[in-house]
Amino acid sequence: MFWVRLQRVLKSGWINFRRNGLVTYAAILVTTITLAMATSIFLFQGVLRHAITEVQDKVDIAVYFTTTAPEEQILELQDTLQKIPEVAYVEYNSADQQVLAFRDRHAGDYLTLQALEELGDNPFGGSIQIKAKDSTQYEAIARVIEGDNDTARQNAPIIERINYSQNKIVIDRLNSLIHNVRTIGAGVTFVLALISVVIVFTTVRLTIYIAKEEIGIMRLVGASPAYVRAPFIVGGLLYGLFAFVIMTAIFLPLTYFLNAQAGTLIGFDLYGYYLSNFLVIGGSVLGIGLGLGALSSYLAVRQYLNV
Amino acid sequence: MIKFVNVSKVYPNGAVALENINLEIASGEFVTIIGPSGAGKTTLTKLVLAEEEPTEGTVLFENIDINALTRGQTTKLRRRVGTIFQEFRLLGSKTAYENIAFAMEAAGKSNEEIISDVPHVLQLVDLQDRMYHFPNQLSGGEKQRLAIARAIINQPEVLIADEPTGNLDEANTKEVIHILKKINDLGTTVILTTHDPILIHAVGTRLVTIQKGRVTDDEHRKIKEAR
Repeated sequence: MFWVRLQRVLKSGWINFRRNGLVTYAAILVTTITLAMATSIFLFQGVLRHAITEVQDKVDIAVYFTTTAPEEQILELQDTLQKIPEVAYVEYNSADQQVLAFRDRHAGDYLTLQALEELGDNPFGGSIQIKAKDSTQYEAIARVIEGDNDTARQNAPIIERINYSQNKIVIDRLNSLIHNVRTIGAGVTFVLALISVVIVFTTVRLTIYIAKEEIGIMRLVGASPAYVRAPFIVGGLLYGLFAFVIMTAIFLPLTYFLNAQAGTLIGFDLYGYYLSNFLVIGGSVLGIGLGLGALSSYLAVRQYLNV
Repeated sequence: MIKFVNVSKVYPNGAVALENINLEIASGEFVTIIGPSGAGKTTLTKLVLAEEEPTEGTVLFENIDINALTRGQTTKLRRRVGTIFQEFRLLGSKTAYENIAFAMEAAGKSNEEIISDVPHVLQLVDLQDRMYHFPNQLSGGEKQRLAIARAIINQPEVLIADEPTGNLDEANTKEVIHILKKINDLGTTVILTTHDPILIHAVGTRLVTIQKGRVTDDEHRKIKEAR
């Protein structure tokens, strides 16, 4: 009997969905807008993450060594730094590499190159560039190099300068900006999500309000609350499913056409991001659509079942 | 079968619909409840369906207090009671066939039973040609016949007809009464409410008069007392 009842509920839900005409169109339209908003939020978060990563990538700490610094000691410090969990990578440039890079940079500047020749010895010391996994961790890394600890004391004589202090203000501002952008992003996401839920819930409630008399009649002719409610939940699921299909049919070409602009503006592959994360974004949005539709229907019908 | 014991009903706005009603309806009876509009007839039928709760007293169905039933038990009770309303109360989004099939589905009937019985009952009320019409495509008489078909499809023990002819012309009224009598002849208890004096004479069964929420006359009671 379970399968017969399930079949009847599905059929009844589908028939109501088809016959409700304008009400169905309105519910699908509103749900589509909501799902479009949800997808936009997912894409916005992708753009935001990309932008933050881009900015973070531009920040690092460079340690410049004296010309007399022994390479073994520099390599030892590099090894120590690499072992710090917060460090993404450490790149060592020897004094020879520095002078070569200098020559490359000033290849057409004869006077500068001549001045370099006249110095005789290599005026450059080696350097290491340190990239942190997160820009907020530079301070901790800098403390290891120039703070009051064994590593710092041991290396102080060979270090000429560390550019963290010079960059500190910029890094701090950047961290504060990233934090604010994340907070605002989360706030906007929450508010938009809340608005979406309220809109869908209200629309589905209205569609069921129109059927409230029928719900009462169904109860009076002996239908159980579950049997009355189930086709409405099927209807809610169908709103979510159709809205998802329509929204996807709009967003796939839309992100494809916006891809060029996103690439030019912030170097972000919007279409590629959407496609490669389609299972996560699409799955979540479909889940939101189905969940909202079904839950709204469930709650809306409930208040008219007490007949 | 159905017993009202000291039943009163006062609506939240203070309107007194019923006052100290004591009434007993036996199995197989055809009871016509008469009274002017607003006398409390519809409230009485709503109490049998557990659509309303009495403010005082108890309504018993086969000695079971209707208002003490759980929601699931109320659902089962309603499957034993067929209802016909003045305003038809059909499912507007379903065809004539589906309206009746829904009542059968709700009662847990099989697909085979539905396929076999629905056309048959529609034929009984002369709606076989309107099977796939929606209620808004039917005339008043057709709607009421459809409501009757839906009410009797599960062979209920009790049939409540609340002003079933209020929106019908004379020919349709006679037809509805004729159908109700036939249903009663087959053993179903029928409770008919009306304020139409022509109908009262046409039915000619036990008459219960309600005025201002009180039973002012009960022919059945008179007969019992005379004995």
